Amino acid sequence: MKIINFLSSVAMPMVILLIVMYGVKEKNKVFDTFLEGAKEGIKTTLSILPTLIGLFLAIGALRSSGVLELIIKLASPILDMLNFPSELMPLAILRPISGSGSIAVATDIMKNCGVDSLIGNIASVIMGSTETTLYTIAVYTSCIKVKKTRYILLAALAADIAGIIASTVICKMLS
Amino acid sequence: MLNIVWPIFIIISFSYAIFSGNLENLNNSIFVSTNSAITLSIDLLGSMCLWSGIMQIASKTSLIENLTKVLEPALNFLFPKLRENKKIKKEISMNMVANILGLGNAATPLGLKAMKSMQEENNKKDTLSDSMMMFIVINTASIQIIPTTVIAIRSSLGSINPTSIVFPTWIATIIAAIVGITVAKIVIKLTKGEKIK
Repeated sequence: MKIINFLSSVAMPMVILLIVMYGVKEKNKVFDTFLEGAKEGIKTTLSILPTLIGLFLAIGALRSSGVLELIIKLASPILDMLNFPSELMPLAILRPISGSGSIAVATDIMKNCGVDSLIGNIASVIMGSTETTLYTIAVYTSCIKVKKTRYILLAALAADIAGIIASTVICKMLS
Repeated sequence: MLNIVWPIFIIISFSYAIFSGNLENLNNSIFVSTNSAITLSIDLLGSMCLWSGIMQIASKTSLIENLTKVLEPALNFLFPKLRENKKIKKEISMNMVANILGLGNAATPLGLKAMKSMQEENNKKDTLSDSMMMFIVINTASIQIIPTTVIAIRSSLGSINPTSIVFPTWIATIIAAIVGITVAKIVIKLTKGEKIK
């Protein structure tokens, strides 16, 4: 348990340290380069803002109107059988489809269930360990105009499902 | 995709609220949700800038190129048909290292370059080759050392320990990648027959 916490907290400082030292070693203008990148960060964040407003509106409406509760209630017998927390179902469904959409849903879940709660942790790990699969496949197949994709979706979605199940099991084991 | 999903969400929840008399909650959430989108963006701004800056430093060094050497044995297992093709293997491994470091902006162009090179070697131009399939599956598995966006969201919501999910995320990612690679290998074997036709 201690080792896991140590590895988790040492990862970020180590990566930053390594990169800065690498930059210094190769005699780059490290700070100028940093500023260049940081400016890009502003652009990226602002560019997802409109999407976030739209999606927060939709997800907030789903929750406050009672529709989300209804859907969760209807799906919970199946989810209970799989031992999967029903609060996470919207995230599991949206994750492969939309990147900013899943950021909005995950934030909503973490806010409502508590960011350090078991559900909050699982939502975080799901976000970190899976990718916007459909988008990735679309980008890479359309750039070379391939039409026959040989069940790639099956393999990619299998990875997503495995990631979601693994996230749930690991967080439950650690809590 | 969101052009379909978004209006469905709005129509269903707004009409449900009107019929079930949940209007007050709905009105509240309309204002709260726009505000929380702004709050989240402002809270994310700091860490997004920090990471973009750090990653910009990384992309200007030879770090990516040096790390690609470590991946060599893994590449030979994943892409047996490219064993002799040094150029494509280098492009693939640069894309993988960029992904691992969380350099999303650098990873996609590198990946597209690798796809184009693989297309040149592809016998059937309208079908994904074995190597392409494996490459895309690895890209969808999101192997990443530091899940920066999640950490940023967690700290913006006041988590006691925003980085506590790093190690669990590694394990989950590795499991997802192993399953994806295994299924891809099976699919590649099973769809061999179709290719000859």
